[in-house]
Amino acid sequence: MSKNSTPIRTVSTPAEGEAGKTGDWRSQTPKIDHEKCSQKDSCLLCWLYCPDGVISATFPLEINLTYCKGCGICAEECPRKAIEMVDDK
Amino acid sequence: MGQIEIITANTAAAIAAKLCRVQVISAYPITPQTPVTEELAAMVESGDLKAEYITVESEHSALASVVAASQVGARVFTATSANGLLYMHEMLHWAAGSRVPIVMACVNRGVGAPWTILNDQQDTIAQRDTGWIQMYCRNSQEVIDTMIQAYRIAEQIQIPIMVCYDGFILSHASTPVDVPFQDEVDRFLPSLEDRSGIDGKTPMNVNPLILSDPRPDANGVLMPGYMEFRYRLQQDILGSLEAIQSVDSEFQDTFGRSWGGSVWGYHMDDAEHAIVSMGSLASECTVAVDQLRSEGIKAGVVGVRVYRPFPSSQIVELLSGVRTATFFEKDVSYGYQGALAMDAKAAMYESKSRPEISSYVVGLGGRDVRPEQLAEATLKCVKGPVQHCWLNVSG
Amino acid sequence: MATTSVKQLPKTEMILPGTRSCAGCGLMLTYRHALKALDEGKTIVAVPASCMTVLHGVYPITPVKVVCINNPFAATGAAASGIVAGLKATGKSDYTVVAFAGDGGTYDIGIQALSGALERGVNFIYICYDNEGYMNTGTQRSSASPLGAVTSTTPILSKLQHKKDMIRIVEAHDLPYIATGSPAFPFDLFDKVKYAKDVLGSRYIEVHAPCPPGWGFPNKDLVKMGKLAVESGIHVLFEIREGRFSLTSRSLAMAKKGRKMNVSDYIKGQTRFKKISGAHLAQLQEFTDKKWNESLERHFRDNP
Repeated sequence: MSKNSTPIRTVSTPAEGEAGKTGDWRSQTPKIDHEKCSQKDSCLLCWLYCPDGVISATFPLEINLTYCKGCGICAEECPRKAIEMVDDK
Repeated sequence: MGQIEIITANTAAAIAAKLCRVQVISAYPITPQTPVTEELAAMVESGDLKAEYITVESEHSALASVVAASQVGARVFTATSANGLLYMHEMLHWAAGSRVPIVMACVNRGVGAPWTILNDQQDTIAQRDTGWIQMYCRNSQEVIDTMIQAYRIAEQIQIPIMVCYDGFILSHASTPVDVPFQDEVDRFLPSLEDRSGIDGKTPMNVNPLILSDPRPDANGVLMPGYMEFRYRLQQDILGSLEAIQSVDSEFQDTFGRSWGGSVWGYHMDDAEHAIVSMGSLASECTVAVDQLRSEGIKAGVVGVRVYRPFPSSQIVELLSGVRTATFFEKDVSYGYQGALAMDAKAAMYESKSRPEISSYVVGLGGRDVRPEQLAEATLKCVKGPVQHCWLNVSG
Repeated sequence: MATTSVKQLPKTEMILPGTRSCAGCGLMLTYRHALKALDEGKTIVAVPASCMTVLHGVYPITPVKVVCINNPFAATGAAASGIVAGLKATGKSDYTVVAFAGDGGTYDIGIQALSGALERGVNFIYICYDNEGYMNTGTQRSSASPLGAVTSTTPILSKLQHKKDMIRIVEAHDLPYIATGSPAFPFDLFDKVKYAKDVLGSRYIEVHAPCPPGWGFPNKDLVKMGKLAVESGIHVLFEIREGRFSLTSRSLAMAKKGRKMNVSDYIKGQTRFKKISGAHLAQLQEFTDKKWNESLERHFRDNP
């Protein structure tokens, strides 16, 4: 076998931020109104429908803004209108 | 010594796969490879061979499935011919890039259009740039022995191997073959070490998209780009000549037979005129040499057993002392000439003592070529070089 | 037991954040919930060249915590067959092999290998995420694109043929389990993948995965679009267990209440349909009604 230091096979291993900090993609940022959304009667639809899985399933709800791409599905699907998409400056 | 059996090269290949204890077989029938698929299927169905046999719907799928089976740790086998091999073309590159130790029997047949089922070597020669090792056999004994050697080589260097033998001439001709005993093969070829990394704990993405340039991993360690992986493949396939030689030597120690590693010679010690060829045609060239020798011409044969990687220095060394070298081959690079002659000429460029080189394309689509024709054609070249001729053709 | 609340879904995420998929991607949402339904560490995914390749990331990093084996575009069914055989031959038999291909890799270039695998009864799940076009190469027509849709290879006349009925082709292979799903109905999708995991033989699940850039709707409307597809009957949610056809989720509710929205309600929010002619729209409505009525008929026949 050669002394070449390149591995024989091309195999990736898992890590977050594969595409970088995808929060940079956002033009709008979700803002949660925690008054409107509280643990005892909340539905977690935002967590359910977030394609990127960046919304916590625990309360108070947290959105990982490092990676949130700003698609706005959470705001759109929230039945209590507790999430608002705010324009980034 | 094993057991002498009167068998075809196809049966030899099937028996070899069984002796090598292949775990997954996937193949699609095509003349003249078909009996290999049938005989292995019977072995699996009868329980003589403990393996998974995937009856795929195409050659593309045959190779795709054995690549994947190999990636999860199984020793695998497939076989094909002609248009079947061409249909695998995409997967051939994929297999080499995946660095999987597949062994594939390639039963050489001319390619359509128009259809022929008879022999030439256009099919495998056309796949020479896919990153596979190609070994050409001259008889059924060499087929069984090369198959066993091929698994050792492929698993050592993690590059797939085509074991090529001529359709009908070998595939369907019964000759005595010394079939090695299972325990001896087991000692020579231990069971495959599972390098798949699949352990229920380790996530991974195998053969992902890759950039042209190196990219850091999650820990900031710079990992290679596409070209580095290609360079590694090239280095390893070039370096495999050494492994091919040593595996052949070790095979001789165990089974008492050597096939010359990458190149073999016949009466080359004192030869002034060399004939260069591959496969069963090279075997036929030895008969032509016997005839030439009886006529007082000091001729010899250089048989190219390994075509990729190309054994340049071995060929140059064997040919450096001769006055003429005549190439006979059953393939052509349309618009230029025979591939073997082309490659050998390129190798000879660096040599100080170059023979006069002549080249012939012969035997396409099963066109008969007899030893006396080879001798006569060689004699012509002894008198003066013949530039790229087609033998025994009208037009 | 059907999943009826968010609390029943596993909270572990198998896809780490910061992926290369587009914002609001229907495939991402599909894959996220499908992986929740599969066993961690015991799932091997086979992926052809597709948006899925992109989602799985660029060497040497992947966001996805599974074993994924990439394969050439046409080869998914065959590669999955090889994985299944190789695992069995090497004694690693407690894995679920899941092929995950788009409509291009399923309806078109991959149909031969898929048909081969299904006919052989290979023990695996094949999930087609149908985004109705070759989205990874930039929205070209596929045989899954609907009539009247503008794609980059039907740029002026729009697509002149109806979508291929892949389920009928798959069903012709006599599988133990066939289902459809949608990321807009994650409980239904989760339940189907989870059920399929424990069925022996070839299982096929087709997920209608809306694609915001390919279909031309705002990212935020992904779930809305998925729901409209089901509510208009464009995409029907059902499963076929050993030949028994049952509507599920919203489609089942619609069957019971006898309500269905019009195709025009579904297409109006998508720019790919902005040039649709009246005749095409009528044809699309007729085609959708026919399929919906067939589904109703089968459902009530099999579930009297």
